[in-house]
Amino acid sequence: MLVEQIAVFLENKSGRLAEITAILAENAINIRALSVADTADFGILRLIVDKVEEAKAVLRKNGFTVGKTEVLAVEVEDKTGGLAKVLKCIKDAGINVEYMYAFVNKTGENAVLIFRFEKMEEALATLQKEGFTILSREQICSL
Amino acid sequence: MSVHYWDEEMETLPRVGLESIQLRRLQHLVARVYRTVKPYRRKMEEAGVKPEDIKSLADLAKLPFTIKDDLRDNYPFGLFTVPLEEVVRVHASSGTTGKPTVVGYTAKDIDTWANVMARALCCAGATKGDMIHNAYGYGLFTGGLGAHYGIEKLGATAIPVSGGNSKRQINIMRDFGSTVLLSTPSYALNLADAMDAMKIDPKSLSLRVGIFGAEPWSESMREEVERKLNLKATDIYGLSEVMGPGVAQECLVTDRGMHICEDHFLPEIIDPKTGAVLPPGEKGELVFTTLTKEAFPIIRYRTKDISRLIYEPCGCGRTLVRMEKVTGRTDDMLIIRGVNVFPSQVEHVLVGIEGVEPHYLIVVEREGNLDTMQVQVEVSEGIFSDEIRVLENLSKHIQKEIKDLLGVTCKVKLVEPKTIERSEGKAQRVIDKRKI
Repeated sequence: MLVEQIAVFLENKSGRLAEITAILAENAINIRALSVADTADFGILRLIVDKVEEAKAVLRKNGFTVGKTEVLAVEVEDKTGGLAKVLKCIKDAGINVEYMYAFVNKTGENAVLIFRFEKMEEALATLQKEGFTILSREQICSL
Repeated sequence: MSVHYWDEEMETLPRVGLESIQLRRLQHLVARVYRTVKPYRRKMEEAGVKPEDIKSLADLAKLPFTIKDDLRDNYPFGLFTVPLEEVVRVHASSGTTGKPTVVGYTAKDIDTWANVMARALCCAGATKGDMIHNAYGYGLFTGGLGAHYGIEKLGATAIPVSGGNSKRQINIMRDFGSTVLLSTPSYALNLADAMDAMKIDPKSLSLRVGIFGAEPWSESMREEVERKLNLKATDIYGLSEVMGPGVAQECLVTDRGMHICEDHFLPEIIDPKTGAVLPPGEKGELVFTTLTKEAFPIIRYRTKDISRLIYEPCGCGRTLVRMEKVTGRTDDMLIIRGVNVFPSQVEHVLVGIEGVEPHYLIVVEREGNLDTMQVQVEVSEGIFSDEIRVLENLSKHIQKEIKDLLGVTCKVKLVEPKTIERSEGKAQRVIDKRKI
């Protein structure tokens, strides 16, 4: 139950993020979660959207380099130690986190953690075995 | 000012005498090359010219040109005229396709080279008593060793310090009392900055004269070097295909033009488009024919350097023609920190990396006194990743490949696709922001 995420290459110059969000808005694509990772020279925008293929297509058409990767979405209670529990379980299984980001859902009770692990399938199995709630894209989009 | 000569007879020979020596040497050379080197013979046959057709120096124009590709096509030793047993040294420079161009020297060639280099040193006012700080790179590059043998031939003391480690260089200058500095002009400015940082006043050092070459430099740069290092800055010219450093050297009297060792290297100026020889004094591409080299003679080598020959007599008494400071190139070669770089070499590296598209732009700047090269590469979907680490590793990989091939450290900048201009004709691959 992996979630598709799109990633967009960004040069560090002004207005790029605004441009991307405008393109998505014009095409009625809803962003559920996003993060920007950056270095001195470039950035990578990672997005979880409701319409993955459409988003990829319109961004490509506008000249962006777009990639698609799978990530894992874990729902935890929005309480102290929620993230720590997940990370401990992953550490004990000897899996590395490539990157992660998080958001809190509308009700404010739960937080959704988006992970990219070095070993995705192994991470998924481990988290499921430990009884963590893994969300599908549909579930994220309907939150 | 007293003028020193290394070989007074040759350096001050009336031109009639010089030209008769040149003709005799040229005839010998052409006959020998025709007899011993197949590629030369084939080209001469195609041009319908035989050694006996060379009856005057003007007949040189009948001979076919040699270009860098001829060296590559005959890589590594195909243009040598002597058996390898007689070759005592080789040098090489990097090549566009990754193949270097190789040149060889017999023991006599090394001696000839040492003599022309000693001549260059004398021309710049160096004498037996000098402590000569040689900061040209030692190795396959001809600069370091070429200058070194000339220093020893002159009888001066050679400090074979080579390039890099400015602080150590300056300590050596101070402790050994270096009087003459040999380096690229940009490295000389770098040394000046390092002295400043070390709070060493150049006036407290013994430097008197600098012999700078291997990259283009302007008159304003000359003034800057002279002011910051408190020495007289002179220009030297050379290239490995012809010999190495010492082909031509500026004297202390003129500030316009370097005296060419014409008894060894016969210069011509041609129209780079038509190949026609231009009248004396006109600006064009510099072409050299070696007159005395044994292992690797070269006939009408197109240097792609733009210059002009100055025949007016010089106040130093030398009758040898002067070549004006090189003002440009007929091709797209860049000289970055003394290293020759062709955009096609960068392209060669990029197409060799899977997923990388050959859309690139080279931006050259001068930060402080050092040239910097930035290579912009478009990020296509083939190389894109959602992980920073992967893209950073890619940059590092490209940087390393370029360094391995060219010997120049560059900065790789990943840019969005289609941001590098596509053009219908010749793509603009280089932006050179240096003010040379």
